[in-house]
Amino acid sequence: MASFMFLLYDRESDFEGFGPEDMQRIVERYKAWADSLGDRLIGSDKLVDGEGRVLHARDGELRILDGPFSETKELIGGYFAVEAENYDEAIELAKGCPHVEFGTLEIRQIDAMH
Amino acid sequence: MSQTIPQLVDHLFRRESGRMVAALTRSFGPAHLGLAEEVVQDALIQALRRWPFHGVPEKPAAWLYRVARNLALDQLRRRSNFRGKEDAIRDRLEATAMASDLGDRPTAFLDGEITDDQLRLIFLCCHPELGRDQRVALTLKAVLGLTAREIARAFFTREPTVAQRIVRAQRRIRERHFPFEVPPPDEIPARLDTVLEVLYLAFNEGYGAHEGDDLVRADLCTESLRLVVQLGDLTPTDQPVVHALAALMEFQISRLPARIQRDAHGGPGELVRLADQDRSRWDHAAIRRAFAHLERSARGDAQTTYHLQAAIAAHHAMAPSTSATDWSAILELYDRLMDLGPSPVIALNRAVAVARLEGPRAGLDAIDAIADHPAIADYYLLGATRGELAMQLGDTARAAEALRHALTCRCTAPERRFLERRLAALDRG
Repeated sequence: MASFMFLLYDRESDFEGFGPEDMQRIVERYKAWADSLGDRLIGSDKLVDGEGRVLHARDGELRILDGPFSETKELIGGYFAVEAENYDEAIELAKGCPHVEFGTLEIRQIDAMH
Repeated sequence: MSQTIPQLVDHLFRRESGRMVAALTRSFGPAHLGLAEEVVQDALIQALRRWPFHGVPEKPAAWLYRVARNLALDQLRRRSNFRGKEDAIRDRLEATAMASDLGDRPTAFLDGEITDDQLRLIFLCCHPELGRDQRVALTLKAVLGLTAREIARAFFTREPTVAQRIVRAQRRIRERHFPFEVPPPDEIPARLDTVLEVLYLAFNEGYGAHEGDDLVRADLCTESLRLVVQLGDLTPTDQPVVHALAALMEFQISRLPARIQRDAHGGPGELVRLADQDRSRWDHAAIRRAFAHLERSARGDAQTTYHLQAAIAAHHAMAPSTSATDWSAILELYDRLMDLGPSPVIALNRAVAVARLEGPRAGLDAIDAIADHPAIADYYLLGATRGELAMQLGDTARAAEALRHALTCRCTAPERRFLERRLAALDRG
């Protein structure tokens, strides 16, 4: 069994214009999807919006920039770590996630050191 | 939603949104109603973006209150127009935090009860100095948690129009310094007028097209009724007229199960006229609640339009069939409604009672007397009723003309299909 990261990209503005009732339904769909992963789910985390630092060292000088927040670009909002046999199965698990309708979901296999 | 999620009570977001907007409006002051709505919206967006990863918190309502309160404190620090009032507002926000400790109240509370702040918010949004359309839009948004888009859909209006009404209403509240309070007892009856009018308009919009697959419209019905029932249970607003409206709404709701008929294949719902409804399918629990409200509406001698309309609905509810209905009593009630405030819509309904008592010819004559009124020129029921009566007289040409006219009017999909079926029946002879 391999491990995969589901990286959920979105923009903060993706959910503007939804009313309370819509939002509750969307939350319920995420929850139903997460529940459906069962013991395949290893863990999940939300990254704090609008913060972050970008570090570059060039020519011996370390530069620290505020980032990666950007209004226009999709950024990683959070991730789910999931166990699956292979990419095909990982896709099966991921495609029911409502996030694919609002943002983008990227699947990456976690390299296992054998 | 096909999945049932035990952790979240139905409509939790919307109900809590109404409560939080009300509490924050008290904290910030009514001039900042728009800000209160923004803060609540942001709190809900946080839930939407964080709960998928963390899971639904154990006390979702308390979580939302806490986040909304923190966002409100941020706004307080950031905005210069609160300068000098920060402490007072902060104190009121703390009181809101106290309310959030109640956050995981028993379901009974969640399902119904409105808070004192919500009552104040209802009176604020239905202030008589606001235009009628403004009151409706603002109440549905701030009190019932509908979006401008949902309101526009329910009222067949454009979203920018609704948004503009809300903005203008908020501006007027600011400029005129409307208070955030329950009016004093002697003013309550007059102030209730606009409140009940707004809730009844919302109810009717929902009722007209109760197709089942349009949740917003169905909710509009149940949520307006819920608020009216709540008003009837609160001391300052426990007035006969409130119970009269509650009775009227319950009677109308009781007919919903029989009003729309679905075929075995789950196709679109078809409209069934009162005369053709299977009365055993009426919601008898709703009818019982309606009669209980009717009883409470009889205290005092107020006889409002809601009293009379509820009394008419009660006659239908008691009758075993259309032919066994007490049409003369109903006609008398329509006459009294006309005395109270003549309207072509009431006159049209009255004409139906006339036709039942004196035959279709008399009914058509009664309709002809009002048909030129601009208020119903584009009302589909005018043509529909004329068509039915002409059909009963065997005047197919006139019936077809009336039904075709009805089809040019604004109506819902089931209503349209109903008219088309009647027209097709005519063509078949």
